[in-house]
Amino acid sequence: MGFAASIILGLAGLFALAWVLRLAVRRALTGHARSIANDMPLTAAFGILVILIYAIVAIAAPALAPFPEREIVGGQFQPWSAEHLLGTDRIGRDMLSRLIYGARNTVGIAFVTTALAFVVGSVLGIWAALTGGWIDQALSRFVDALMAIPALIFSLLLLTIFGTSVVTLVLVIAAVDATRVFRLARAVAQGIVVMDYIEAAKLRGEGSWFLIRREILPNAMAPLVAEFGLRFCFVFLAISSLSFLGLGIQPPTADWGSMVKDNATLITFGDITPLLPAGCIALLTVAVNFVVDWQLYRASGLKEQ
Amino acid sequence: MGRDVLLKIEGLRIEGRSGDTWTEIVKGIDLTLHKGEVLGLIGESGAGKSTVGLAAMGFARDGCRITGGSILFDGIDLRKASEAKKRDLRGARIAYVAQSAAASFNPAHKLIDQYCEAPVVHGVMSRDKAEHDAIDLYRRMQLPDPDGIGFRYPHQVSGGQLQRAMTAMAMSCRPDLIIFDEPTTALDVTTQIEVLAAIRDIVRQFDTAAIYITHDLAVVAQAADRIKVLLRGEEVEEAPTRQMLDAPREAYTKSLWAVRSFARPEQPPAAGTPVVSVKGVTAAYGTVNVLEDVSFDIHAGRTVAVVGESGSGKSTTARVITGLLPPKSGAVLFEGKPLPPALKGRTREQLRQVQMIYQMADTALNPKLKLRELIGRPAQMYLGLQGKALDDRVRDLLNLIELEPAKYIDRLPGELSGGQKQRIGIARALAAEPQLIICDEVTSALDQIVQEGILKLLNRLQGEFGLAYMFITHDLATVRAIADEVVVMQRGRVIEQGPKAEMFAPPHEPYTDLLLSSVPEMDPDWLTRLLESRAAAS
Repeated sequence: MGFAASIILGLAGLFALAWVLRLAVRRALTGHARSIANDMPLTAAFGILVILIYAIVAIAAPALAPFPEREIVGGQFQPWSAEHLLGTDRIGRDMLSRLIYGARNTVGIAFVTTALAFVVGSVLGIWAALTGGWIDQALSRFVDALMAIPALIFSLLLLTIFGTSVVTLVLVIAAVDATRVFRLARAVAQGIVVMDYIEAAKLRGEGSWFLIRREILPNAMAPLVAEFGLRFCFVFLAISSLSFLGLGIQPPTADWGSMVKDNATLITFGDITPLLPAGCIALLTVAVNFVVDWQLYRASGLKEQ
Repeated sequence: MGRDVLLKIEGLRIEGRSGDTWTEIVKGIDLTLHKGEVLGLIGESGAGKSTVGLAAMGFARDGCRITGGSILFDGIDLRKASEAKKRDLRGARIAYVAQSAAASFNPAHKLIDQYCEAPVVHGVMSRDKAEHDAIDLYRRMQLPDPDGIGFRYPHQVSGGQLQRAMTAMAMSCRPDLIIFDEPTTALDVTTQIEVLAAIRDIVRQFDTAAIYITHDLAVVAQAADRIKVLLRGEEVEEAPTRQMLDAPREAYTKSLWAVRSFARPEQPPAAGTPVVSVKGVTAAYGTVNVLEDVSFDIHAGRTVAVVGESGSGKSTTARVITGLLPPKSGAVLFEGKPLPPALKGRTREQLRQVQMIYQMADTALNPKLKLRELIGRPAQMYLGLQGKALDDRVRDLLNLIELEPAKYIDRLPGELSGGQKQRIGIARALAAEPQLIICDEVTSALDQIVQEGILKLLNRLQGEFGLAYMFITHDLATVRAIADEVVVMQRGRVIEQGPKAEMFAPPHEPYTDLLLSSVPEMDPDWLTRLLESRAAAS
């Protein structure tokens, strides 16, 4: 059985599983949640299933991986075998185990980074739109200035200044991405703060935090959620590319980006093993985008004719 | 009328989609329109008036489909006609005038360019000829500066002028049939008269047939030869205008006629310290004064109606009272003590005493919050209610506004009708247990029957809780129904004020007189008489 065939078969299997999952969810839910599940396209179910599998793999990595993450357990570049299902890397660590641990590191860090960027970016963006005046001006112009610098170069610069640890990596990428989120959140919130219900809440004497949290955020949620998915992919790619450049997640921690770089020589020998981490990135990106598309579709209020 | 039949609709059925199910919204309507005749189509919202109007062009809105019946326009079956054929008819032989001209004009093009589009596309006239024709029609529509107005952009002319320019545009190809969909509903009473008169004249001049859709009977009585009443997609009755007005047959029609009969009994003159006094308030947006020396009092248990055209400063006065716009000079007193001018300076207790109900319930209620939180929040915030006590309070409030708590408490505003949403706005204001409620055009976006329900509710609540209302409106029928005192405003000044009985009896200030005489009456000759008397006076 060829490699391409096994990939197609694998994807078909995932879609079938997604279909079953959707059916099960529809059975289990009632009321409003059920009507959402009823509208869910198969691609979205597929996306959710893939994300779930990644999450489970990331959380249960020590239990699933046959070998430890950093230990040298065999010779260099061993081929696929019963013992090492996906062979070993250039210093003899088990590929499959590192792929599994990589889910934990790469996806986990990307998730934390995106979440941080969103909390900071959207709260500040909505606050700027709500307050207006010089606070809005100061924040927005500062963000404009940051956005004028190309993201990758800016992150490289900051990482060189502050050194490369996981914490700085997360903070730097979150800071860069928060500027984009700020822009979106501010634009969306500007359309909301002029509504009468915001005026009514101000008349009631509500504070800024309540206005942001209860009155504006629920109405800005749809575009923000969609943007979250998109940003998540970008962050993911940013981390991978930084790792590929050697400034991201540092060895010996397993990371999909650096795994591609480290084992790239194998490609010249016709071995597709180094492409597997890249494939993992691609699959997750596609899955997240399926879910995002579904959210966009729901937010836009378009219904099938 | 023994003239040729222009439009004949038989057994028209239209279905509308909600979610996955199709429900019938027009249930077998028959309609015959002769050449040069004006048919008034009236009913509440949801009666299917607009849907029938559009069907007369062979058109069904998105989410609607025509499922039965026949539509014959001058012998052409519009249900069987191809899209290309229908496109040829639309604009050329059938024209449509929408409710909001401001939303229907393309803001990026000059009026005359939009006028010329249809005649040139349909090959009726050359561009030059169309321009001359436009100016001629603008003159006939009595637009100011007919030679130049066409070269302005839509935002550069007023709403009433825009509506007339829209009607002129509909006439551009001299169609056989024009469909007017609530053409004056969004306008002030004084502007409404001008548009109504212009529409009536031009339709007569060119002997055009028209379908005039509205929910305002007095308006349709001025323009229509015949009136057809619709209710939930079915015809209630149809008769020539005079006969319909003098002797409506069906109970539903009679109830439509009786809506404006609601009136609050005369109250004794109020005494004691007023709840709120506005004292010599002058306010400005930037450097432009929008209020000049405005003063009036509102007493407990009384309703003060503030009337005037749009731009007269009614809503700005409300903004000053609520503290959203601190005045340049003057003050707002609450029970004799001055309120801090800006919102931020006021205590929670001061904020609680003045509540507001908005014109558009759609934008005044957060669409993502359930009624439980929408209504409960003020009670939680001002009165410190929690848990069970809060839940009980919300249920009480829902009962007060005549919505069944068990059914509605966990709904979102989007799941309610327009009138129900406005009731939620009222409940939210009541939840704070205020002394003054400012009602900003609360009924103007609603149908007459729903309006009456809201007015009755407000009146009942006023009796129960001794509330003071400041009632901002441009609708004098509403004033007559609910007010104790009336304040007339024009260009930021108070022109006249006093008890209702005095205000509705002569002598008046000229502006008050203009406002009062502009309220349409249920008499087909009213407009003609009014225009004659105004022409004689000037």
